[in-house]
Amino acid sequence: MKVTLFATCLVDLFQSNVGKATVELLERLGCEIDFPVSQICCGQPAYNSGYTKESKEAMKKMIKTFADAEYVVTPSGSCAAMFKEYPVLFKGDAVWEKKAASLAAKTYELSQFIVDVLKVTDVGATLKGKATYHTSCHMTRLLKVKEAPAILLSHVRGLEVTPLPDAQNCCGFGGTFSVKMGDISGQMVEEKVCNIEATGADFLIGGDAGCLMNIGGRIQRKGQPVKVLHIAEVLNSI
Amino acid sequence: MAMKTSSAKFKDRVDEGIHNDFMRLAVSSAQERLHGRRLTAVDELGSWEDWRSLGEEIRQHVLSNLDFYLHQLALNVSKRGGHVFFAETAEQASGYIKDVIVKKNAKKVVKSKSMVTEEINLNATLEAVGLDVVETDLGEYILQVDDHDPPSHIVAPALHKNKEQIRDVFKEKLAYTQTEKPEELTAHVRGILRKDFLSADVGITGCNFAIAETGSIGLVTNEGNADLVTALPKTQITVMGMERLVPTFDEFEVLVSLLTRSAVGQRLTSYITALTGPRDEGDVDGPEEFHLVIVDNGRSSILGTEFQSVLQCIRCAACINVCPVYRQVGGHSYGSIYPGPIGAVLSPLLGGYDDFKELPYASTLCAACTDACPVKIPLHDLLRKHREVIVEKEKMAPFSEKMAMKAFGIGAASPMLYKFGSKMAPSAMSPFKTGDIISKGPGPLKTWTESREFPAPGKESFRDWFKNREKGGKSS
Ligand code: SF4
Repeated sequence: MKVTLFATCLVDLFQSNVGKATVELLERLGCEIDFPVSQICCGQPAYNSGYTKESKEAMKKMIKTFADAEYVVTPSGSCAAMFKEYPVLFKGDAVWEKKAASLAAKTYELSQFIVDVLKVTDVGATLKGKATYHTSCHMTRLLKVKEAPAILLSHVRGLEVTPLPDAQNCCGFGGTFSVKMGDISGQMVEEKVCNIEATGADFLIGGDAGCLMNIGGRIQRKGQPVKVLHIAEVLNSI
Repeated sequence: MAMKTSSAKFKDRVDEGIHNDFMRLAVSSAQERLHGRRLTAVDELGSWEDWRSLGEEIRQHVLSNLDFYLHQLALNVSKRGGHVFFAETAEQASGYIKDVIVKKNAKKVVKSKSMVTEEINLNATLEAVGLDVVETDLGEYILQVDDHDPPSHIVAPALHKNKEQIRDVFKEKLAYTQTEKPEELTAHVRGILRKDFLSADVGITGCNFAIAETGSIGLVTNEGNADLVTALPKTQITVMGMERLVPTFDEFEVLVSLLTRSAVGQRLTSYITALTGPRDEGDVDGPEEFHLVIVDNGRSSILGTEFQSVLQCIRCAACINVCPVYRQVGGHSYGSIYPGPIGAVLSPLLGGYDDFKELPYASTLCAACTDACPVKIPLHDLLRKHREVIVEKEKMAPFSEKMAMKAFGIGAASPMLYKFGSKMAPSAMSPFKTGDIISKGPGPLKTWTESREFPAPGKESFRDWFKNREKGGKSS
C-alpha cells in the first residue's frame, strides 16, 4: 500500500525521531512511504490565531502537495484534524472546496490508519515497563480517535498501561497559547506532570508532538526520570 | 454589578488567580465533583448525543423565530394581567425596574439568582435610591455579605470560596459564632432570610426559560428561594434575556432536563416552578402585580452573525466546569460576570472588545467546552472566530504576531515555524542552549522556558534524513 507521509513541522524540525519511527513502522507493516518535500505546515498556528486569510495560503499549498496521494498519514491527531477542517474553510470556493474535501477524506492519524485501514491491532512491538497515555485534545475531541491508540498499546509486549488521572484535561500546549499565555500554560502542564508522576509510570506516551514537547519540557525541567515517547516510537520498538 | 467586574489588567488578574492556592483547590475539587456527577446523569439518560441534538434544534428554532415567540410570550403575559417591558439597553431595564419599585414606595427587595440582573447592574441602581436589596440564593448572599465580591461562576457564584472562608466572612459580617459545617452556615442564613422574605415588598427573579404559549416563567433552583421570592411579596418582577424562551412546555421539559443534568448532575433540581402572571382571584398566594422585563442589551445584534449560536446558551456552566484554563485561573480572572468559555465568547459580544479582547485567547482550543455543551454550541470555534475578528476587523493584534503570521500568507514558502526553526537551528541559539535543550529562551520562548525546557532543533531535520535515506546515503 502506498502511503504519503505528512510529517508535520514539529516532527520535521524538532522530533525527527518520531518521523523516522513512523516511516520504519509503516514499512514494517508493508507500506511504501512517499514524503513530498514541498510539504510545509498545515496552517493551524495561523488559523487558530485568527489569521484565516494567511492560513489558507498554506492550506492551498498542502492541498496541492498531497493531491495525488492515495492515503495521507500523519503522526499527529491535531494536524490530521486540521486537514479534516479544510473543507469547512473552503466552503463555497469553486476551485478549492472539492480538493479540500478529497484531502480530508484520505487523511488519517497514524494509529487510526493502522487500526482502521491496515486492520492491524498488534504491530509486534515490545517495550518493557509501565506507561501512561496522554489523550491529546484534538485527537480525541476533534478527530474523535479514542480507541485506536489504546488498542495498539494494549498489544505491546511487556508494556503495562496505567490510566492517567484527569486525562481529559488539556496539557496546556494549545500552540501559540503556550507562549502567549505562558504562565497559565505552565500551571496546566505542571498539573499534568504531577498526575503523570502519580501513576509511577516509566513512560509517558502520546500521539501529538506538540503536547509531548510541552509535557516533556516540564518533566525535563523538574528532572524527573519519566521518559516521553511518541506512540510511533513505542510501536516501532522491537 | 455590571458585566465588567474589575478594572485591573488581564495579566494582573490572571497573576492573582494562579497564585491563589485556596481558590484553585476549591475550583479543581468542584470541577472534579461536577464532572463525575454530570457524566453519571448524562449516561443515565441514554443516547445523550440525540438529546443534545434535540436541545440544539429547539434553541435554533427559537432563535430563527425569535420575534414570533417574543410576541406570543408578551401577548400571553398581558392576557394574564402582567406587564411586559422590552428594554433595549441595560440602563433602560434597570431604570424601568427602579421606577416600578419607587412608585410602590417599597423599602425591601428580595431577589433570587439571576445573571441578567447582574448584567444590567440592577442591585447598584436600586441601592442608589436607598432600597434594601437582599440576594436570597445562598451563593449570591455570601458574595453580597462579603462586600459585593463578584461572582466567579454562573451557577455557583461563590465557587471560589471554601467553607472556612465563608465562615470567616459570616463571623465578621453577621456575628456568626458557629463552625464551618455547611448545615450550620445554611441554617444561620435561613434564619436571617426568612425575615427578609416576610418583610419584602418586591420580589425579583431571573428566568431560566419563559414559555411562549402560556406566558409562563420557568424557574429552576435547588434552594426553593425563588418560590418564596415569588409567593410572598406583593409585586414580582422577572428579568430575562430576550433569547431565554421556548415555544411550549414540551420543549421546556427537554431543556430543563439538559440543564439540570449538565449544571449539577441531577435528574431534576429540587424545585422547578412555572409561574403564570399575577395571582388570580381565589389563589392563596402569588404577587398582586407582575412585570416581565425582557432585556436585549446587545443580544439582537448577535442574531444573524457568525456568533448567533452563542444565544443557544442555557447557562448551565458545563463548559466552565470542564475548562482547564478556568481551573487554573478561576472566575475572577475573566473580569466579567460571565467567566469560562461561555464568558470568553459572550463578554466581548455584549461588552465590547476593548474590555474583553484577551478572553478569546485564554483558551488552548482544546474543545472540552464544545464537547460538554448540552445545546452543542461550538464554543472553541467561536473563540477562534473572535481571534479572527480581533485580527482582521478590530486590528488589535500585536505587530510581532502579524509579522510572524504573514509568512503563512506569502505563498507560505517559509511559514513561521520553519523560519523560526531554521533561525534557531545554527549558531543563533547557541547562547541559550545547554546540550539539546533551551532553558532560557529569547523572544516568545521566554514565557515557555519559565516553566519548561524547549528542545533545540535536531542536528538533522526529518526531511534531510529522508532525503539521505532515499539516496541510499547514511542516515542515523
Ligand atoms: S455555552 Fe453551553 S455549556 Fe456553556 S453554559 Fe451555555 S449551554 Fe452550558
